[in-house]
Amino acid sequence: MLHHCALCHIDLDRISVRRGGQVLLQDVSMHIHCGQLTVLIGQNGAGKTTLIRALLGQIPHAGVIRHVDSRGLDIPHLRTGYVPQVLQFDREMPLTVQDYLASAVSRRPVWTGIGKKTKEKVRQMLRDVDAEALAERPLGRCSGGELQRVLLALALEPAPDLLVLDEPVSGIDRNGMRMFLDTLMELRKTRHMAILLVSHDLHFVREYADHVVLLEKSVLTQGTPEEVFASPEFSNVFGTGEEDS
Amino acid sequence: MEGIYGILEAILPLDAFRFNFMKNALLAVLLLTPLLGLLGTMAVNHQMAFFSDALGHSALTGIGLGIVLGLHNDLLAMLVFGVVWAVLICLIKQSGSASTDTIISVFSSTSVAAGLLILARGGQFAKYSALLIGDILAVTPQDLLYLLLALIGTVILWAALYNPLLMTSVDPMLARSRGIRTRLIECGFVVLVAVAVMLSIRWVGVMLINALLILPAASGRNLAGTSRQHAAWSVGIALASGLLGLTASYYLDTSAGATIVIVSAVFYAVSLMVRGIRK
Repeated sequence: MLHHCALCHIDLDRISVRRGGQVLLQDVSMHIHCGQLTVLIGQNGAGKTTLIRALLGQIPHAGVIRHVDSRGLDIPHLRTGYVPQVLQFDREMPLTVQDYLASAVSRRPVWTGIGKKTKEKVRQMLRDVDAEALAERPLGRCSGGELQRVLLALALEPAPDLLVLDEPVSGIDRNGMRMFLDTLMELRKTRHMAILLVSHDLHFVREYADHVVLLEKSVLTQGTPEEVFASPEFSNVFGTGEEDS
Repeated sequence: MEGIYGILEAILPLDAFRFNFMKNALLAVLLLTPLLGLLGTMAVNHQMAFFSDALGHSALTGIGLGIVLGLHNDLLAMLVFGVVWAVLICLIKQSGSASTDTIISVFSSTSVAAGLLILARGGQFAKYSALLIGDILAVTPQDLLYLLLALIGTVILWAALYNPLLMTSVDPMLARSRGIRTRLIECGFVVLVAVAVMLSIRWVGVMLINALLILPAASGRNLAGTSRQHAAWSVGIALASGLLGLTASYYLDTSAGATIVIVSAVFYAVSLMVRGIRK
């Protein structure tokens, strides 16, 4: 499949997560390649979000996560960008998209105003995800799709080695989702990063993914979308002919 | 001090401000209200109105403990206790063991009871009842100096904490993924509020302190669209309430603290109407 950058990948080696005697993830091993869109699929409770949290270093896990170059040598730092599934916040807060992004990228407290340089930087961040028009919009008045773009803009600054996206289950129509994925494809081409997407829409997975991982506490199967969708493991989890989870 | 008094007289040629105690009170209001208005913006955004209320009540325990331990400096006792109390609530809240509301309520009522237990021993409470309603007319020039230093210190810390705290209020997990130490930031803010509350409580009173923190910020929230507007409205309304309330209290012969709070409540009602009309 597409392989614009064969230089590096993120190597997950036997990642396990246990909580309260329960096994949430068992020996998950996979490679997330730079320049590829790797999609994580699986049913609710399969451990997708747990794997993301382990990757982001937010929960303790067994196993090793390495960032390695083409020769298999370690790259010391793995910078992750994260787009959460939903943002649960007080929608009445007096806060514009610009305020929110500026608070993340500038040290100047936003209640004192936003400097010219920061303003320009925020505009650029939003331009990169085709959302420049949202700068002055109150964050609480953004639709699900708009919010997702804002969060993508945030996740891309500073430039991550690995971009992790937890796709929303609801709140975005298919058209909006397609536009979002197109933006993501554009970024995949132009930026040096690996992308891991948790997806619930198998139509889009078939259309956009370079590499698909089917998770059910451990990796059931992985490969190209064609390989995974034709596998017996896939039929077991999602049933045959049924393409929407 | 004389120079400052002279300026005040020139700006405010009102009968009320002929007296030095009124000038001192005015200066205290000019220092306190913007401080509380500024911190209040994040207290309302972070849904901590109830928390700051509990914090105010803990001042009673602070003074009580100060007496038990033989400290002569009330302010120091309140400050130390307020900060410890704030950090404790913060830690328990973050451990996520029970709903925040319940935890705060437990802390609030316990601290009031403990404070009363000590202060009301042998029917002595009358001595401390001023603490409940505050007395802004008793401010001395030395107090003003402390307030000024506190204001400067708070604004500096506030400037450092604000952005990460804003990120944390919107989404803690996302903030953490960006390397923000959300727990530390939250506790830092809580300590800042504790210090501001304890510094103001002698002048404003246990019963009213929370109103000064929350009302201007809540009004500002109804009027503002951006973070900057929120801060500006909140500080502006806090200052205006302080100024109008203090002046009115002189002519109406009412409690200064209570009058200031009533004026801010009127501002709040107006802000609600403006918001309703805009919608």
